[in-house]
Amino acid sequence: MSLLTSLARAHASDQAVAQRLTTVRHLHVSSEPLVFVPLAMAGEAHAPLAVMIGTSPDTPELLTVAQPRNRDQQVAFAYELAKIFAAYITPRTNRRLPVRAGASGVQYRCADAPQVWVPNRAGVEFIRILGRSTRLRRSTGEWAVPRNIPVMGKWLTFLADRAEYAGSAMLVAATDALTLHWATGQSTEEDQHLPAVLGWIAPPPGMTGRDAARACENPLKVPPAGPATDPSFDNGILEPLLAAYHQAASPAASRIAEDKIRKELRKQLDGTWHRMWQAITLLRDPSLPAGAHVGVRWERDLDAFTQAADWIATSPGAQPKRDSAVYAARRLYWLERAQQQYDAERAFDDPMVMAEARMIGEAFVGTVIAAVPNRRVGRSLRPLITVSTTDAISLAAGESGLRRPELLDQKTTVVSVTRDGDTVMVELELREGMGSGREPRPGTVPAVGDSVCYSLFKDDYRRAPTLPRKEDTPWTHGGPPKPYLPTEQDAQEPWS
Amino acid sequence: MKELTARLDALRGDTEPQSLDARAISSIVGNPGCGRRNLLDAAGIDKDELARAIRHPMYAKPSRMVLARGAQFEAQVKASGGAQLLTLLREDIGLSIPEAEHEDLKTIGGNEGKLARYRNTVQRLTAVARSAQDGGTLFDHPYLKITVAGYDVFLEPDLVAVKSGGKFYIVEVKSFSVIDGQAPAAAVEGAELQAAVYVYALRELLRSHGFDEDLVADEAIFVCPQNFINKPFAARVNVRNQVAAVRRMLMRMHDLDTILSNLPAGLTFALRGPAGSRSAEELKAGLRLVPARYAPSCLDTCEMARFCRSEEQGSTAVLGRQVREELALDTIGEVVGLARGTRLPGPDQVEQAELLRRAQQYRDELLGSLM
Amino acid sequence: MTVTYVPPTAVLDVLRLLTEGPQPGVVLNSPPGAGKSTAVTYMAHHLARHGDQVRVVAQTNSQVDDLVAKIAAVDPGITVGRYTAYGYPVPATLAASNILIANRFPDLRQAAIVVATAAKWLDPVITERGPWAIIDEAYQMRSDTLLRLASTFERAAFVGDPGQLDPFSVVNVDRWTGLAWSPLQSAVAAMLANNPDIPERQLPRSWRLAPHTAIPVSDAFYPFAPFESAPEQGAREMWMPTRSLGNSPADRAIEHAAANGWAFYELPRRHTVRTDAEAVAAVVALAVRVLERGTMLRDERHPDGARVTADRVAIGVAHRDQMAAIKTGLAETAYPNIRVDTANRLQGSEYDIVIVLHPLSGRRDATAFHLESGRLCVLTSRHRHACIVVARDGIPDLLDAHPSADPVPFNTQPRFPNGWEANQALLEHLIAHRIRAL
Ligand code: SF4
Repeated sequence: MSLLTSLARAHASDQAVAQRLTTVRHLHVSSEPLVFVPLAMAGEAHAPLAVMIGTSPDTPELLTVAQPRNRDQQVAFAYELAKIFAAYITPRTNRRLPVRAGASGVQYRCADAPQVWVPNRAGVEFIRILGRSTRLRRSTGEWAVPRNIPVMGKWLTFLADRAEYAGSAMLVAATDALTLHWATGQSTEEDQHLPAVLGWIAPPPGMTGRDAARACENPLKVPPAGPATDPSFDNGILEPLLAAYHQAASPAASRIAEDKIRKELRKQLDGTWHRMWQAITLLRDPSLPAGAHVGVRWERDLDAFTQAADWIATSPGAQPKRDSAVYAARRLYWLERAQQQYDAERAFDDPMVMAEARMIGEAFVGTVIAAVPNRRVGRSLRPLITVSTTDAISLAAGESGLRRPELLDQKTTVVSVTRDGDTVMVELELREGMGSGREPRPGTVPAVGDSVCYSLFKDDYRRAPTLPRKEDTPWTHGGPPKPYLPTEQDAQEPWS
Repeated sequence: MKELTARLDALRGDTEPQSLDARAISSIVGNPGCGRRNLLDAAGIDKDELARAIRHPMYAKPSRMVLARGAQFEAQVKASGGAQLLTLLREDIGLSIPEAEHEDLKTIGGNEGKLARYRNTVQRLTAVARSAQDGGTLFDHPYLKITVAGYDVFLEPDLVAVKSGGKFYIVEVKSFSVIDGQAPAAAVEGAELQAAVYVYALRELLRSHGFDEDLVADEAIFVCPQNFINKPFAARVNVRNQVAAVRRMLMRMHDLDTILSNLPAGLTFALRGPAGSRSAEELKAGLRLVPARYAPSCLDTCEMARFCRSEEQGSTAVLGRQVREELALDTIGEVVGLARGTRLPGPDQVEQAELLRRAQQYRDELLGSLM
Repeated sequence: MTVTYVPPTAVLDVLRLLTEGPQPGVVLNSPPGAGKSTAVTYMAHHLARHGDQVRVVAQTNSQVDDLVAKIAAVDPGITVGRYTAYGYPVPATLAASNILIANRFPDLRQAAIVVATAAKWLDPVITERGPWAIIDEAYQMRSDTLLRLASTFERAAFVGDPGQLDPFSVVNVDRWTGLAWSPLQSAVAAMLANNPDIPERQLPRSWRLAPHTAIPVSDAFYPFAPFESAPEQGAREMWMPTRSLGNSPADRAIEHAAANGWAFYELPRRHTVRTDAEAVAAVVALAVRVLERGTMLRDERHPDGARVTADRVAIGVAHRDQMAAIKTGLAETAYPNIRVDTANRLQGSEYDIVIVLHPLSGRRDATAFHLESGRLCVLTSRHRHACIVVARDGIPDLLDAHPSADPVPFNTQPRFPNGWEANQALLEHLIAHRIRAL
């Protein structure tokens, strides 16, 4: 949240229609996303009720469970769902392209990775829980389930885990993807409601965004985007139908009841399904070209996906229930790094994001008004430049964190800051990143008249910390963890 | 007090007063600054009906499936004299509870009035409090009372109070599930706030009868289903911070008298008047007289929220606390006007106006045609 | 004037538990100014007598420098090592002959006590485990750092103030909530969650906060582990040698604070930007005025009285932009070098007079950041003599409208009071010291 985005919200509210926040798109949008719209059974502990899923707007598949406490039905549902996931993921694990030939020879990386779209953050959580409830199952023994179910569980867990990384695009909540680029005239709390967000961004003709959003709040007209169902649907429609199904005296009667349930669930899901594709289409709009680092971040996703593919293919185990101390610490390092990269890259890619730093005085854009490119201090090249800016900078002499996005390995020190009315003159000493010649490499020292941007964003490569081996976990953190293997109880765990 | 009750009755009209459930109390505590809700709740007005009458209904009704499931879980835990519950308290939590029995204070009072039921609870609990032994009884559904904004509110919580090791513990059966030790944050937050209200109420009860407040433990015990199964799981959570916060919130709540003294004498929110149903406009006009404090979180906690939101349309309050804090102005009109320079800043708006103009300048320059 | 240190029972307990107790760790909680570094110094020397090198861990380089100076001053016969990063400019205060400064660990072999930052102790060249470690400001260390550090010692005393700000991360995920070894908690919280039997002791008395200061701080921020002011320190006094001309509110605030330890300098109610120009000007004016008037103080360190100097005055704020605005304001005065800092960076420091810009001053809405109890606690517990809090009128109403629930996740212990409640409690106290600016 910043003043810029807050102002955009105020404009959105004032004009009753959403306002753009960015000049570019900060999210990779796959050419073949898998849209996944789940509904959970009210009152049951995370039991799936229905899922609408598919890679094409015209051919969604609908899977339903009429009796969530019936283990066979849950297994059948998971089996069908796992087939769909496998059909989407497996080809992507197989197609690999060579990348960076290092000392270890050519490495191969998956050419594409899955991109799963859910309506909102609760949908991400649904995936996480569904992953948890399926990955620890066994395909042998008394409580055996088909083998593809635990495999799906591992993939869903991977996707949900990966979604914690800033800038990852393998599991996307549509609400977040939209509100990253548009400000609505409502609160962030209300922004988790996909139909309302779309109402603000793309109201039907003749309607304001606000009115469109408000109209979507009536669940009888627009069913919620899940996973929680509309209580009036539960009370008025689903509950009686489930009761009828339950009481069905013959297989034929139960099939009829089941068909009715499916029909009603389809009605609940259809609208969201189309909205999901509407969201994707909006983000693919040419007025929102991808930012320069979007591809770089997707490559990081490809790396993570490739590793996961190899691990899932070869390891019999599943992700444990909770992270070990050592893994958690390592993961935190990577999450923090991803966050820093994401913040910096977005600022580099998008002047609107950089403007947020300019607003708080930690970045500025200005014109070079003086330059001494060949200045030396002792034997070292230390060019001086003076930048004139009208940005309200809050940095003082001695600041050494400023960098130019184009030249991140060039370090600077602020020599002086002089103010003249609204104009500020910043004198900077430059070092490094100018080549090893007698004179700075062309283009490495800005010339008088150049427009430059300096900010505190950098890609600070901090070496990953050396952590103890898991078996050396110290007493302060509970000592060495017991190796985790799925137990009989995990295999047996009812589905709800 | 009589006068106050009469005024509140008049506000409500001749329907039965709604009693507040625990959720309502924790919502009040969640936005104690809102006079509108404090007043409507104190008067026992059915806010759901009122919201419908003014055509700003809240859509979310409780799902019967959720309720049924919760009730079923609770029944399971409390079945056979609380057998499962007792095992959990003894084994998972480590409370020593001697030969326990389960006593439902709800059924004891029969159909008697609130006061009688409250007295019965007081009598039973103080007897145990007095005794040096723990007694071991699981008191289900005690009837409690707290004072909110100067009026008494009776609470009929779905909880069990049990004395162990010389302390009373509050035990609540919850239906949110705990997976691998983690419960959904929002559910935990709500449950803890409610438990804190109960701890506070139970302490008040004991204190007002000459006992030490410390007789009630800082820790509340929650019983929840775990890991996709119905097997209950018990967790003990220290809610001392929430209790302290609840105490202070209740202390700081403005008295209803102050709110009422600013309202016209004949004001009522009765849905029917002498001439039949009253118009939405008439009711709304009355509501507008009562100061409110809308925040988007109201949408989850208060039946009046859609009305209050529409009333606040032009206010920065609808954008949420954080945004409002950032904008530092009351109305959206001011924000937009100052940003565009079409409005002159007041003496205390000069600094904010400058920031907004700068922000607007960036938007104009950088987004230009995209806006 | 050095008084021989009589270690409180808590310190003796901690030493006994550390050397003989059944547990490999022990916690020494220290409320603000309770003699933490003196205790660390004493413990380090005491442990050094066992013959093995004692490792002392602090969190920042300036903390390390302070500790080294302090530990070395006790006994010139004991060599104290300061393990530094290559190129670290060691301050002139570390010139004593028994201080050994080195950036190579083997060079510190003869030191009986070695002090370094946690980051430096993680240097992979340190392979052998030391028998003892004293970890100072342990509540500022993150759990994941301790995970790496724990292999460098057999047993450790964790010393710190539980009322400070929790360590920080740019990421915010729920995944580790309630997990005993969550990396997103303080080192002490992690260690205690994994080892519930680890004993905790508390330094009972603050040597920094005078009685009238200790009580409100203890009530608001340490309600579950209260502390008091050390009576041995005797009377404190602060006075102005000159009478003020006229009777400006700022002068009255300073005089009130001198007499009572607190003043709440209240500006008219108004919603402002964070860098509220009037409030910034008021803070600057107060700081300057305190010095201009030649404020005098008397306490156990200055039994004959001393004049308050600019290096004994600090200004505390919540945000970096406020810091920048105040610095700009000070630059135009005779005292440009008064320290202005955010709560995070003021942790652990001590001044005679502290002027605080209240985090909620002029705010329209309270956010979790503003309500964090550690922030206000740090800001209002740095002073030995007087604290002047500058704020706009209207904070109680603001708080009333924004209660925060601060949920306690399952399997965790609340270590600190609810921020909303702590804010209210302190404010209730401050209101009694209100001086209106207009
Ligand atoms: S919705 Fe309206 S009445 Fe209810 S708490 Fe919010 S502001 Fe008050």
